[in-house]
Amino acid sequence: MGCACIDARSTRTRQFLKVNEILQRFDRDPRRLIAILQAVQDEYRYLPQPVLNYLATSLGIPRARVYGVATFYAHFSLEPKGKYIIRICDGTACHVNNSQALLDLVRDKLGIHEQKPTSEDMLFTLERVSCIGACGLAPVAVVDDRVYGQLGVQKLGEVLEQMVRAEKGVGT
Amino acid sequence: MTTTVNLDQIAREVNQRLARPTWRVMVCDGTGCVASGSRLVHRRFLDLTEGLDGLAEVQLAAGDLCRPLVSRTGCHGLCQMGPLVVIPGDGDGREEIFYCRVTADDVPEIVETTFKAGRPVERLLYRDPSTGTAYRSSRVIPFYANQTRLALADCGHAEPEDIEEYVARGGYASLRRAVTELKPEQVCEELTASGLRGRGGAGFPTGRKWLATLRATGSPKYLVCNGDEGDPGAFMDRSLMEGDPHRVLEGAIIAAYASGAAYGYFYIRTEYQLALARMRKAIADARRLGIVGPNLFGSSYAFDCEVVEGAGAFVCGEETALLASIEGERGMPRPKPPFPAESGLFGLPTVVNNVETLATVRWIIEHGAAAFRRYGTPRSPGTKTFALTGKIRNTGLIEVPLGTTLRQIVFEIGGGVPDGRKFKAAQIGGPSGGCLGVEHLDMPLDYETLGQVGAMVGSGGIVILDDSTCIVEVARFFMQFTQHESCGKCVLCREGTRQMLWILQDIVEGRAVPGDIELLEQTARAVKVASLCGLGKSAPNPVLSTLAMFRSEYLAHVERLYCPAGVCSALKTFAIDPDLCKGCTLCLQKCPVGAIQGEKRAPHRIDVALCTKCGVCATVCRFKAIAAR
Repeated sequence: MGCACIDARSTRTRQFLKVNEILQRFDRDPRRLIAILQAVQDEYRYLPQPVLNYLATSLGIPRARVYGVATFYAHFSLEPKGKYIIRICDGTACHVNNSQALLDLVRDKLGIHEQKPTSEDMLFTLERVSCIGACGLAPVAVVDDRVYGQLGVQKLGEVLEQMVRAEKGVGT
Repeated sequence: MTTTVNLDQIAREVNQRLARPTWRVMVCDGTGCVASGSRLVHRRFLDLTEGLDGLAEVQLAAGDLCRPLVSRTGCHGLCQMGPLVVIPGDGDGREEIFYCRVTADDVPEIVETTFKAGRPVERLLYRDPSTGTAYRSSRVIPFYANQTRLALADCGHAEPEDIEEYVARGGYASLRRAVTELKPEQVCEELTASGLRGRGGAGFPTGRKWLATLRATGSPKYLVCNGDEGDPGAFMDRSLMEGDPHRVLEGAIIAAYASGAAYGYFYIRTEYQLALARMRKAIADARRLGIVGPNLFGSSYAFDCEVVEGAGAFVCGEETALLASIEGERGMPRPKPPFPAESGLFGLPTVVNNVETLATVRWIIEHGAAAFRRYGTPRSPGTKTFALTGKIRNTGLIEVPLGTTLRQIVFEIGGGVPDGRKFKAAQIGGPSGGCLGVEHLDMPLDYETLGQVGAMVGSGGIVILDDSTCIVEVARFFMQFTQHESCGKCVLCREGTRQMLWILQDIVEGRAVPGDIELLEQTARAVKVASLCGLGKSAPNPVLSTLAMFRSEYLAHVERLYCPAGVCSALKTFAIDPDLCKGCTLCLQKCPVGAIQGEKRAPHRIDVALCTKCGVCATVCRFKAIAAR
């Protein structure tokens, strides 16, 4: 059916093995669709189209429902994400403490914008999130799951540069 | 579990262990302090106190149980001053010591001065930002002294991941009393008598909600704990789940018992990873002790529950949308009635309570409804936690009786507005709430009075705005948020919020025409009337309340293309003060569009026609000669 093709070819069997494991873990229960999608995204860092189709067939629900849920929730991404995710909080407290400057800085440095949140080298994805609940430390950013509070443009710039440098060091 | 857990024995054992050492160290392990580096501080304390006299028992006690001596605690509320380290008093004359902004490098000094010489390290004590007075313990720090902490009573004073310590502090005794001595109806009655109202926003009486679920037909019944705290600027529920997860769980089991539910879901947003982990651990530990499971405390009542991780949709904070999300659907609200109490999760009777509501339940069962009513106002009894943030000296998590005035919160607890700025407004209740201005400073904050002025308690986020904040821009910000989060089910919410956002964008970007404000108002009213759920109904609140209070500021933007706060960059004109300009040419070099002209050592000029108002010149000028007007 629609669950074949795209770029999968040789890895396809292996990919679906993982998906099968996940499905097994959640008893192939369509009511656990969100948890299943979360597990899939943890595995692939995004939700590949062929996997979504495969899930629909396996769970016995329309593809439209899987796609509907996958596009409804902000946490899910149908596009591959970068290796590191930079989440800049734009909740009220961060917003009034100029989180916009942090967003501008990251976009500027990585050459990305709202429509294209992932950098060319697939290293970074920028997400503007609404409130991560650390308002006491506004403005806040979460870089690679580490929370940085009371963050200035300069400090964030340093963090980014350090990561880029470390990444390049690894590459050579 | 075959035998029933003996709470008293656990409490006795833990208290014995805690009584032996002279000192105890509590390092805050809330999200805020962790971000400021508290884990390193904790690590260092563990290393340096090894074998130390008075803390020596750390090494002797067995396994897990030694941890309370160098503990990690939940949020203390004063996140901005973190990492926080508290050394509790010994109950025998020695007062608590409260250290702020502790780094790992400060730990040796604390060990030397405090543990060995018995004196506080003066430079780490909390200092009042305006007067400079140092305070030794949290009891006297104005931020804490003016609070009443019921739900937050143990938050920051106990190890959140240790069920035994929770039991030692009286935990699960209320649950035991409820399931062994009280009938579900009696628990509902107690809650109704206490007057506790839902802390998630709408303020529906909790006891009545439970009773409705209890009386509804259908089985099984469900309990859902709403931990999808999505309001930007609110973090009360996160702090409670991180700082005292067992209190939330105990409240939830009592609620389930009272409403006849046998299974519970804790729906927690995915951004709150620490809260998710702590709630999961709390449930696992409670199950190990037989506090979750069959035959609770030897009664015939059985309860089990699980944690459900949200996937990032603000609208799921709305109860019917949340239920749809647990069912694995798109989180779209459903029409009410039928209310969840009759037909909720999977079409069965369901009670949905917010985290803070459940965290308050134990206190009410423990102390009684009458004691609870001593706090707050007759129609809004009890206390409420607020997240105080924005342009204020002490940001953080607070708990005060309902009916406390905004002035007390902003000036006594919050310490006022910093940097010599003036208080302009308080945005309360997040994107569903409204703005309170100077004229509302002495208004008591409770469900009724706030509703009358078009605001709401909401979940309890208070963001303080000073005179450098543009109120129109803030309204645009909230509109952008709700527009983005609108699920799209109701036309008026989906399209109306978009139209409102466009108008607000026009206003802040100088494209508005006369009549736009009236159109904005009309649209706002329509969205309010014709939306199904709370998100749409309350989405226009930030616009309507700011229009009511700061209409002149909107008019200034539209009619004079002028932003009184100097925030909206499209309305700014940059100019160089010839008296302050030294002609250093820095701005000329940095201007990306070549709009600045001038000779070296002579005052420069900005060509207004070329200027794109990016503001780079003002940032680079070392003589503060460039300003936007």
